[in-house]
Amino acid sequence: MIELGESASFETVALLHLDAAYNLARWLMRDSSAAEDVVQEAMLRALKYFSTFKGTNARAWILQIVRNVAYKNLRSTQEIKTVSIDSEPDENAESIPPEALIDPSDDPIATLIKQRERGYLTALLNRLPTDLRECLVLRELEDLSYNEIAEIANIPLGTVMSRLWRARRLLIEAVQQEAR
Amino acid sequence: MNATNQCAEMELLIQADIDGELRAAEAVSITAHRATCAHCEQTYRQLMDLKQSLRNELERHTASADFRALLQRKIAAETKAATPVKSNPVIKLPNKANTWYKRSISTFGAGAALAAGLAFFIVSPAQEPLLDAVVAEHIRSLQPGHLLDVESNDQHNVKPWFDGRLDFAPPVRNFSAQGFPLAGGRLDYLNGREVAALVYLRGKHSINLFVWPEAAEKSTLSASEFQVRNGYNSYRWHQSGMAMWIVSDLNQSELSDFVKLWDSTKL
Ligand SMILES: [Zn+2]
Repeated sequence: MIELGESASFETVALLHLDAAYNLARWLMRDSSAAEDVVQEAMLRALKYFSTFKGTNARAWILQIVRNVAYKNLRSTQEIKTVSIDSEPDENAESIPPEALIDPSDDPIATLIKQRERGYLTALLNRLPTDLRECLVLRELEDLSYNEIAEIANIPLGTVMSRLWRARRLLIEAVQQEAR
Repeated sequence: MNATNQCAEMELLIQADIDGELRAAEAVSITAHRATCAHCEQTYRQLMDLKQSLRNELERHTASADFRALLQRKIAAETKAATPVKSNPVIKLPNKANTWYKRSISTFGAGAALAAGLAFFIVSPAQEPLLDAVVAEHIRSLQPGHLLDVESNDQHNVKPWFDGRLDFAPPVRNFSAQGFPLAGGRLDYLNGREVAALVYLRGKHSINLFVWPEAAEKSTLSASEFQVRNGYNSYRWHQSGMAMWIVSDLNQSELSDFVKLWDSTKL
């Protein structure tokens, strides 16, 4: 996976996986400057523990730290929101699909998505609960295996599969029910 | 089993198929089922459609040049400040030889480093000492020279080797024809007793099967299910008075095949 010879400095490893780290943070935080904060904190944390890192899958290791920092930050901002009057959608609530009374469309999913405005799928993904969105982003955008996702998210393989399944079902149902 | 139950069980396999997590033989059986089942065919189409759409339309965000430069400066500054005498910390990256076992160990290394550094915001799974011990023995066995005491793909060599070394006769089978060749065996120590460890190969993965006698009724083994520890999959079951426990970095679906092979073997 990494072809750098015998050993590499932290700087090399960090910069090699910076885009993967930023992409995950950006999808988890849904905000670019919050994502940069997460990546910066994660990378400095990783640097601190790099000398104890004995593995070879540096990308998974860095993504694991990124997701932990992201969840920590999400939790702290949520605490602030619960005391404010702001009514942000609850991270844990599965906000899609709303119990719609219309019949779901039978057209192919790809066709239904193409009929929508640009950014429709991004908006849908952003409405998913964080843990489901995380698995889908790691699978479809970072091309990681179930095993790698299990390691990064610190969950059993079966949970990876069921989260991916729920994420996909929710998206498919939302696309069908919101079809015009 | 009726068709509905079968299809419900099929869902995660169909998903694993579109994610490329199945090997060819299983993918073929999924395709065969889809040909006769409209429900599963539709599930497959929907998942495939969604996958294509996600990949076409979602943005893979990249770090801006400014942020990249900023981070580079911060890392350089931190590295200087933290280690004025020593050189930069380095990691070993895989060299060509022996990569397969180093890869297996890597997941453990990452977990250990995180446990040390990030324990305060990681929720660790419920502890189970025997599972920890089994996984630790598996990892230890992957170190050079530790995997096998007797190296043979012939069950008729491996089985007698255990005679006189153990107070029981472990079942030894070779599943070469089914894609799980026997590599050999070794004595190991688990759960306060000597046990047989049989080693099977699957591509670049190795599977440790730990066996010891245990009456089913006083079995300490909980219900058969996959458990994951440090990135390793583990599964245990009970068969003909033996506790059987496998550990591997191989994926669960191929390990299930391995378990089924044992299940259909009369001991
Ligand atoms: Zn079916």
